[in-house]
Amino acid sequence: MTRKVIKAAPKKTTMKKAIPSDIDTQAGYVRIEDAPLLPPPPSEVGVTGWLYKNIFASMSDFGSVSATLKSVFVAASTLFILYFLITQISGLLDFAIFSAVWSDPEGLKRQACWTVEQGGALPNGWHAACWPFIEAKAKFIFYGAYPSDDLWRVNLTYALGGFMLAWVMIERLPYRKIVGILLLTVYPVMATVLLTGGAFSISTGTIGGATILGLALITIGRLGKAGYVSGAFGDLALVAGVCGWLVILFAAVLAVFAIDFDLEAIDTRDWGGLLITLVVAITGIVASLPLGILLALGRRSEMPVARFLCTVFIEFWRGVPLITVLFMASVMLPLFMPEGVNFDMLLRALIGVTLFSAAYMAEVVRGGLQAIDKGQYEGADAVGLSYWQSMRLIILPQALTHVIPGIVNTFIGLFKDTALVSIVGIFDLLGAAQSTLADAAWSTPVQGLTGYLVVAVIFFVFCFGMSRYSMFMERKLNRSHKS
Amino acid sequence: MFGRDRSLTSLLNDTFIRGILFQALIAIGLFLSINWLADNTLSNLANQGKTLGFDFLTRTAGFQISPTLGTWMLDYKVGKSTYTDVYLIGIINTFIVALLGILAATVIGFTVGIMRLSDNLVFRWFSSFYVEVVRNVPLLLQLFFWYFAVLRAMPSKREKLELVEGVAGLNITGLYLPAPIVSDGFIYSFLSLIGAIAITFLVRRYALRRQAETGQILPMFWIGLGIIIILPVLVHYLNGSPLDWSLPEFKDTGPKLRQGYQSGAGMVLVPEMLAVWLALSLYTAAFIAEIVRAGILAVNRGQTEAAYALGVRPNVTLRLVVIPQAMRVIIPPLTSQYLNLTKNSSLAVAIAYPELVSVFAGTALNQVGKEVEMIFMMMMVYLTFSLMTAAFMNWFNSRVKLVER
Amino acid sequence: MAQPQNTAEQSVDQKTIVSMRNVNKWFGQFHVLRDINLSVDKGERIVVCGPSGSGKSTLIRCLNRLEKHQDGDIFVHGIELNNDVKNIDEIRREVGMVFQHFNLFPHLSILENCMLAPIWVRKTPRAEAEEIAMHFLTRVKIPEQASKYPGQLSGGQQQRVAIARALCMQPQLMLFDEPTSALDPEMIKEVLDTMVELADDGMTMICVTHEMGFARRVADRVIFMDEGQIVEQNEPEAFFNNPKSDRTKLFLSQILGH
Ligand SMILES: Nc1ncnc2c1ncn2[C@@H]1O[C@H](COP(=O)(O)OP(=O)(O)OP(=O)(O)O)[C@@H](O)[C@H]1O
Ligand SMILES: [Mg+2]
Repeated sequence: MTRKVIKAAPKKTTMKKAIPSDIDTQAGYVRIEDAPLLPPPPSEVGVTGWLYKNIFASMSDFGSVSATLKSVFVAASTLFILYFLITQISGLLDFAIFSAVWSDPEGLKRQACWTVEQGGALPNGWHAACWPFIEAKAKFIFYGAYPSDDLWRVNLTYALGGFMLAWVMIERLPYRKIVGILLLTVYPVMATVLLTGGAFSISTGTIGGATILGLALITIGRLGKAGYVSGAFGDLALVAGVCGWLVILFAAVLAVFAIDFDLEAIDTRDWGGLLITLVVAITGIVASLPLGILLALGRRSEMPVARFLCTVFIEFWRGVPLITVLFMASVMLPLFMPEGVNFDMLLRALIGVTLFSAAYMAEVVRGGLQAIDKGQYEGADAVGLSYWQSMRLIILPQALTHVIPGIVNTFIGLFKDTALVSIVGIFDLLGAAQSTLADAAWSTPVQGLTGYLVVAVIFFVFCFGMSRYSMFMERKLNRSHKS
Repeated sequence: MFGRDRSLTSLLNDTFIRGILFQALIAIGLFLSINWLADNTLSNLANQGKTLGFDFLTRTAGFQISPTLGTWMLDYKVGKSTYTDVYLIGIINTFIVALLGILAATVIGFTVGIMRLSDNLVFRWFSSFYVEVVRNVPLLLQLFFWYFAVLRAMPSKREKLELVEGVAGLNITGLYLPAPIVSDGFIYSFLSLIGAIAITFLVRRYALRRQAETGQILPMFWIGLGIIIILPVLVHYLNGSPLDWSLPEFKDTGPKLRQGYQSGAGMVLVPEMLAVWLALSLYTAAFIAEIVRAGILAVNRGQTEAAYALGVRPNVTLRLVVIPQAMRVIIPPLTSQYLNLTKNSSLAVAIAYPELVSVFAGTALNQVGKEVEMIFMMMMVYLTFSLMTAAFMNWFNSRVKLVER
Repeated sequence: MAQPQNTAEQSVDQKTIVSMRNVNKWFGQFHVLRDINLSVDKGERIVVCGPSGSGKSTLIRCLNRLEKHQDGDIFVHGIELNNDVKNIDEIRREVGMVFQHFNLFPHLSILENCMLAPIWVRKTPRAEAEEIAMHFLTRVKIPEQASKYPGQLSGGQQQRVAIARALCMQPQLMLFDEPTSALDPEMIKEVLDTMVELADDGMTMICVTHEMGFARRVADRVIFMDEGQIVEQNEPEAFFNNPKSDRTKLFLSQILGH
C-alpha cells in the first residue's frame, strides 16, 4: 500500500494548521492569518535538490519494466560518459601541460622529445607534447617565409586592424561610424601596401587616364543634378556621377599603390601560416559582402533576367565544393585571362573564395530581406523613394542588422574553410603546420599531435570567440526587437 | 501603361520599358564577357597546343588506384580500363563514403542532439563539449588528425591491434573485417527477410484497421521486430546456414615478408577511407545535433502539455505530437547538411582517398591535362546532386507546410 | 494496485470530485502555493481569480499533474494524485483542460485534433471517435470547420475547438486557464457563451478567469487567491457585493474600477 509516495516533506508544519474540513466548502471563507512562508523541501533546493534534478531525476523511474530498463541504461551511460570525459580531459591536460617537454636548453631538437627506447632520455611510454618543436617553428606557423626583419609590418597591420575593429565594436566610443568606414576603405589599401611593399609598376598614364575619366563622369553627374540633362538621360547622368566618384577612388588607390614607400617587396609566395589564413578569411568576407548584397537584391528583383542570372550564379557556387572552386581558380583562371595577364596564386585563391562566399552571403542577406515586413517596402514606396533609395535607407539597414548573426556564422565557416587553400599549395596555418611535420630534425612520434593541437587551439579560439559574439548579438537583437 | 505623350524620353521613363532595357543591357554585358572569356580560353589553349574535346574518355588510364569499392565494382586494371572508368570509380567512391557518412552522422547527430536536451547534466556536458569542439575546428584538420595522427600511429604492417579476437583487427594497412561468402541457398534467407518486412507491413495494415474498428491497439513495434528477426533467422538455419564468413587471416610466423594480414581472406577498409568516414561523420554530426536540438525546442511546450492534459502517454505524445512537428523544422536543414557532407567528401583529396576530385581532377588531370573538360565534368556531378537535393527540399516543403490563413 | 481501495479508504463522500488538503508547492526557493485547502463537489462551478502571479494557473495545473505538488494530498475523482503513473493516467482521462493559448496541434486537422485522445487513450473505434468529435464540434457550433487546420481558424474558433477537444474525452471535470484572455473582445463572447452552455448542462468546472460577468452568471463559488493562498471564497453575490478581506476589496476595485 504505497499510496503516499510524495517526496519527503516537512509534514509537521502543515499539520498543525489544519483547517476544519468543512470550512472550505462552506461559502464565506476568509483567511484571517497568512499561511507561513516555508522553506522548500530538500528535493527542491540545495545540493541534494540540484543533484536530484540534474542527475538522478533521469534515472529514478522504476514504475514499469521498460522504465526500469531505461533508468538502468541511463545510469550506466552516465557513468561511462563521466569516465570518458574525465579520462579524455585529464589525458589532454597531461599531454599538453603536465607531461609535456617545455624546453630544450641543450638544443637537442628531436632527441629532446625521444624516449629511452627511441634514443633519448624520456621514460619509455612517454607520450606528450613537444613544445620546443613549436617554439622552433613558431615563426613559420604564424608568418610563413615572411622575412624576419619585416615582421613588424605584419604586426603593425594586425595591430591597426585590431584597434579599429575594437573601436567599432565597443559601443561607448565616439566616431564609430567614421572608424568603420576607414576600416573598410583606407585600411585595406594600407594593409596591402604594408604587407606586399607596394610600389607596383602602374604607369602614370593609367592613373591619369582614370582621373580624367572620373572627373568627366562627375561633371556629367553635376550637370544632371543641376537639371541640364532632360528626362531619362538625367538618371543616366546621375549614375555616371556616382561611377565617376568610384573611378576617382580607384585612381587614388592605384596612385597609392604606385608610390614607393621604400619598403622591401615581399612576394605572396613567402607569406604563410596564420597571416595567410587571416588575409584569405578577411578579404573573402569583406569582398563577398557587397557582392552578396547585390546578388540577393538581384534574386529578389522583379526583372526576370536579373533574377534568373543571380539565381543561377548563387546556386552554382553553392552547389559545388570549395575544393573544386579552388582548383578551378588555380587551373582555369589563367586560361580565362588574356595573354600576359598573370595573377599570383594567392590572388587566384582570393577570387575563388570571394565568389564562393558571396553566394552564401547572398542567401543570408536574402533571408534578412525576406524577414522584413511588406509594410516597410510599401511605406518606402509611399513616401516616394526610388528603388535604390529605399534599399539603402530603409530596407538594407534593417535586413543587415537582422542577419548579423548569420553573417558571423558565414564568416566562421569561411574561416575554417581557408584551411583548404593548403590543398592548392598555399601555406595557410594548417598547411604551414603540416609542412613543418616533414622536418626530420624534429621527427618524433609526438610531432604530429603537437602541431595539430596548436593549430586546433588557434582555430578554436577564433571560431568559438566569434560564435559567442554572434550569440551575444542575436540576444541583443532579440531584446531590442521586443521593446 | 503607355501615356499619351509617346516621345522618346517618356518611353524611357516608362518603368516597364526601363526594366526591359536594363535587362537587355545585363544580358548583352553578360554575353560579351562570356564571349571574351571563351576567346581568351581558346587562344590560350591554342598557344599550349591543346584542343577541346572529350575523346580522352576512351583512352586507357595508366596509373594505379588503391583498391576500393569503385575499383572492385568496375574491375579496374591499369592499361585496360579507360578514363571513363576512372570517372565512374571516382563517383562511386564519393558516393559510398558520402552514404556511409550520412548514416553515421545521422545516428550520432540525433543521439547527441537529444542528449543536449536531457535533464541529465552529464549528458548535457558531454554533448555541448562535443559540439563546440568539433564545430570550431576545420574539417581538414580533423581529417589530418584521424589519418596522420591516429591511423598512421596504428601498429605496423607485421603487427595488429585486435578489436575482436580473430574476427576484426586494425593496423596501418587498414581495418580488417570478415567478408561474407554467399552460397546458393542464401538467396532464400535474403528473400525471407524481404518477406518478413512485407508481412510486417501487412500486419501493420491489419492492426490499423483493427484499431479503426475496435479501438484495440496492437504493440506493433514488438510484433514487427519479432517477425523481422525470427522469420529470416529460422529460414536461414533450417536451410543449413548457407552463408559463410571469410575471416581475416593474420600470420606472425614464417618468412618475414609474408607476415601480417594475408590478402584474399576477409575484407579490408583502407585507412584513407576510414579517416574520411570518421572525420566527415563526426564533423557533420555536430551540426546535425544542433539542428535536432533546435527542432525539438521549436515545438512549443504547450503542445506536450495539451497532449498530457488529454491523458495521452508520453511516448505516444512524442510519436504523434512532438516528432511530426519537430521533423518539419529538422528535415530542410538536415538535407542541406547531407549535401554539405557530400561536398566535403572532396577534402579526401588531401589524403589521397580515390574519390572524384582526387582521382579524376587530380591524378587523371595531371596525366591528360584537359583542365576545362575535366573540371567541368567534375562540377557537373556535384551540381546534379545539389539540384536533386533542392528538388527534394521543395517537394518536401510544399508537402509539409503548415496550413495557415 | 491500490486503486480499488482508493475510493473506499478515502472517506470523502461520492459527491466530492476534487479535494486538496494542506497542499504546498515551491518553484525552487519560491513558495508558490501555500497551504491550499479546497474541495469541489460534482456539478459545482468554481471561478478562481486573483492578481497576476498569485498561483492560479499553478493551482489548477496541479490538479492534472502538469505541475507536481510537493506537500499535502490531492484527490481527484477519488484517486490520489501521486507518483503512480497509473493514477496520473486515470485522472488525466477524467479531467479536461483548456489553455489560454489553445495549444491545438497545428499539424492535425480540427477533426484529428478532437479524435486523437479518444483513439489513443480511450481506444475508441475510429468511426465512433469521429462521431463523438462531430457531436462536440456541433455543440460548440463549428462542425463545418472539421477538415480545416488550426492555423486557418480565428482565435475564438480555435478556443472553441480546444473546448470540444477536451469534451471528446467526456471528462468529469473541466479546467479552464484564462480561456478568453488571449482573445479579441468580439471573440470573447462566443467562447463565454460556449462555457455558459456547458455550465448549464451541469458540467463541473474550475475556471481561472477575470470575466466577472461570467462569474456572476454561472459560478457557484468564487475563490480569490493572492500570494499563493486562498484568501477568500464565497458565493458570487456575496463575494462581489460584500467582500470581506481587504485584499479582495483592493483587487475588485482595481478590476471593476473602470
Ligand atoms: N515553471 C516555473 N518555474 C518557476 N517559477 C514559476 C513557474 N511557473 C510559474 N512560476 C511562478 O509562480 C508564480 C505563479 O505563477 P502562476 O502562473 O500560477 O500565476 P497566475 O496566477 O496564473 O498568473 P497570471 O494571471 O499572470 O497567469 C509566478 O510568480 C511565476 O513567476
Ligand atoms: Mg496564469
